[in-house]
Order: sequence, then structure tokens, then C-alpha cells
Amino acid sequence: MGRFLHAFFSPLGLRRAVPQVWDGFQTNIKLMVVAEVLVLALALLIAIVRGLPGRSTFPLRALAIAYTDFFRGTPLILVAYVTALGLPSLQLSFVSNQSLFVYGVLSLTLVYTAYVTEVYRAGIESVHPSQRMAARSLGLNYAQTLRYVILPQAIRRVVPPLLNDFIGLQKDTAIITVVGVTEALAQAGFYSNDFFSYAGYMVAAIFFVLLTIPFARFTDNLIKQRERRERAQLA
Amino acid sequence: MTENGHFVTLAGVSKRFGNNEVLHTIDLSVDLHQVVCLIGASGSGKSTLLRCLNLLEPVDAGTIVIDGQTITNGPVDVNVLRRKIGIVFQAFNLFPHMTVLQNITLAPRKARGLTKAQADAEARELLDRIGLVDKANEFPDRLSGGQQQRVAIVRALAMEPKLMLLDEITSALDPQLVSEVLNLVRELAQTGMTMILATHEMSFAQEVADKVCFLDAGVICEEGPPQQIFTAPKEPRTREFLSRIIEAGRL
Ligand SMILES: Nc1ncnc2c1ncn2[C@@H]1O[C@H](COP(=O)(O)OP(=O)(O)OP(=O)(O)O)[C@@H](O)[C@H]1O
Ligand SMILES: [Mg+2]
Repeated sequence: MGRFLHAFFSPLGLRRAVPQVWDGFQTNIKLMVVAEVLVLALALLIAIVRGLPGRSTFPLRALAIAYTDFFRGTPLILVAYVTALGLPSLQLSFVSNQSLFVYGVLSLTLVYTAYVTEVYRAGIESVHPSQRMAARSLGLNYAQTLRYVILPQAIRRVVPPLLNDFIGLQKDTAIITVVGVTEALAQAGFYSNDFFSYAGYMVAAIFFVLLTIPFARFTDNLIKQRERRERAQLA
Repeated sequence: MTENGHFVTLAGVSKRFGNNEVLHTIDLSVDLHQVVCLIGASGSGKSTLLRCLNLLEPVDAGTIVIDGQTITNGPVDVNVLRRKIGIVFQAFNLFPHMTVLQNITLAPRKARGLTKAQADAEARELLDRIGLVDKANEFPDRLSGGQQQRVAIVRALAMEPKLMLLDEITSALDPQLVSEVLNLVRELAQTGMTMILATHEMSFAQEVADKVCFLDAGVICEEGPPQQIFTAPKEPRTREFLSRIIEAGRL
């Protein structure tokens, strides 16, 4: 028991690990922020493509479906290996000379865009068809109807599930360590090798939790607020 | 104006949903400034007919000419067509994420190209007419059903349509809210708006209509001036329908 406590929680070990792990954790934060911005935009685009009307758009829709099916089914760790190790080996001018950070962002974006596309799509489908009909009958075209009537309602409804997916993404930034990005988990590993102590991992865990808690609370509150408002409307 | 003087002409219009023929070779004409009421049992095709008129539903056969333009074949810009035709639905269908003012000004700004200032001014004028200026910045869920439906009517009017289609616009309202909506429709009729309305309010139809059409299973079974239809219907089916309505105390 004493050995266990010492290995994981020695106060000196924890304190000493903080700066080193924090150094790596900043990379997690950057990965997360860049990937989230990209995911939000790309997923919206793909969700819109999947909902396009008409026969002529079928190839585009098929492509969008293939993309989401593929990347929802593939483990992130595998995508990370293939992008970070595979793309450079192709020796193409642009695709192959990016930094590991860029490949990390790419992997996270590819996988999470697939999830978030589905979230957006559920939101778009939850808007009653009569809303679209009302907008079109006023003379708004397809794009205007989407932009001003459908999407604002759809996005409002999916904010809580979106935030949940982002909590997942936030944690999964640690997976990017496997391809050699020096983030929090990597620094924790270095620390444990240097000092024969797991305190680095504990510090990393604390960082992740500290980042997640406000996010999770915010999401919970948002859901509660909505429920309250909806109940008030029914009354 | 148009073909043989009519503002709206339907000739042989048919509409199917799968194997279900909902409209069967409908012929109908509406003159400028006329108010035409469609009556008929539930499922007789009133809503479908109105939705075909602004191409929310494509027709399977026949032609529809509105304001001199044949809309059922050839290249038709539906967005331009719909700007000429206002439609109001039973369920109001206001945009819940927008204020009353935003609901009214969205289409004038985006489809008619008005500036925000112009659109706001016009919308406030319309709201003033219906006594709801003080609700301009409220969201629809803060309004009563009658107020919401009047806003929906004004939202359609803000596009300055030449033709208004009203689909059972009082059916979802509590009885005490019906009259405020009907008053607005009556006013519109007095200003000369061309209107086609599907309604179950028989006494109102009798009062405002220039022509009443009785629809039965997708066919216009009988049409004529309201006095004739309501007091001396020729067709047995019309008589049967009206006697059922009278039994239900709605005439
Ligand atoms: N989108 C649709 N798909 C399939 N069938 C439809 C569709 N819309 C309407 N119908 C059918 O068409 C028929 C006519 O419907 P419609 O709504 O036009 O009747 P209505 O006269 O307006 O009735 P109500 O008084 O109940 O509003 C009904 O049998 C209905 O089931
Ligand atoms: Mg109907």
C-alpha cells in the first residue's frame, strides 16, 4: 500500500511532474481547439450535402454517406497510424511533409467529423417539414430556407450532444501520442521513465478531468435549462 | 391580365399520391378580387388543391394558369411564382426561433431584396393594422393562437402577394379566437384581395365568398354563388354534406 501511494501520489513526485506534463498538455489543448473548429465546419458541410434534394446530387450524397460510414467504423488509433506514418511514406510534396501535429489534427478531424455529421443530421431532421414548407411558400429558395429557418433551429437542438462529442474528442487527443506527438501522455511517460514514478500519469489525468468538468457541467445545465423552458411552454 | 379574363384558371388538374387519386380533372376559375371558398369533407382534397396552386405539390395532369403565366409546364421559377402567392396554414407555421418582426421581415429582405429598415417599417405598419405592434419583439410562443395566426397572415401579406390561399386557418383555434382572425380575412376581402380559402366555417363562407365550390372525393361536385349552394344545392351530395354540417350546428 505504501509503495503504491508512493509510486502514484508522492507529493514531491506530483509537484515535480506538473510543469513537464503541463508542457505536453498545451499540445492537447491546441489539438483539441484546432480539430474542434474544423470538425464543426466540415461536419455541417457534409450534413448539408447528405440532405441535398434531387437525383443529380446522388453521387455527392453517396460520397458523404461512404465517408461517415467509413470513419465512424474505424478506430481513431488506426486512422492516426495511417495518416501520420502512411502519408509521409507516400513522398508526395504537400501531403507528406506535414508536422506530426498536423497529422494528429487530421486524424481527429476525420474521425470526429463523421460523428458530428450524424449529430447535425439528426438535428436537421428533427425540424418539422412544415417549417420548410412555410419558408418555401414565402418565396425563399432552398439555400435561404436552410440558412435562415432550418439550421438555426437544428443547431440549437443539438448543442448538448455536440458538447458531449467534444468531451470525447478532448480525451482522444491523448491517442495522438502513439504517432509521436509530444503531448501530456507522452510527457507523463518520459517523467515516469526518468523518475520511476507514475505521478506524471496522475497529473495528466487531473489535467484532463479539470478540462472536462466545466464542459460537462455546462452541458448538463444547458439540458436542464431547455427542459425547464419546454415544461414552461407546455404549462 | 390573363386568358379569358380570369386571374386563376385550372383546367383538368389531376393529382395522385401513389395510387390514390386525390384530385380528379379539376376545372376552376377565379377572377381578380374574387373570394372563392372551397368546402368539403375531410380528405376531399382542399389542401392538396391549394398546395398545387403554388407548386408545393406538382400536378400530374392538367394546366394551371395564374396571372397569365402557365405554371404547370415549361420553365417556372417557383421562387418568383410563390412571391406572388401568399399561403397561410392551419398550424400557423411561424418560425419559433424568430421574433414576430423577424418572422415578417425575413422573406421581404431575402426574397424581395428590401433593406432591413424598409422591411421593418413595412412590417410595423402591417402589425399596426392588426393591433399587434407591441408584440413585434416577442417570440411566437408568447402569443395566443389567434395572434399567431394573424401574424402568419401578415407575414404572407408582407410579400405583397396578388393571391392569397388560406387553408382552414381557424381550425386550430379556440372558438373565442376565431372571430379576430376572420375579421382580418373579411377586411382583406374588402380591400379587394383575390383569395381562395378552404374552410369549415360555413357561415363565414356564405358571408364573404363570391363563389363556393363543394369538393367531394377530389371532384368539384358543385359550384355557384353562396346563396345558391347553401340554400338551394342542386347535387344530392352537396345536400347531404350540408345537412350533416347543419346537424353538427355549424351553419
Ligand atoms: N403528402 C401526401 N402523401 C400521400 N397522401 C396524401 C398527402 N397529402 C394528402 N394526402 C391524401 O390526399 C387526400 C386529400 O387530402 P387533403 O389534405 O387535400 O384533404 P382536405 O380536404 O384538405 O382535408 P381536411 O379537411 O382534413 O384538411 C387524403 O386522402 C390524404 O390522405
Ligand atoms: Mg386540409
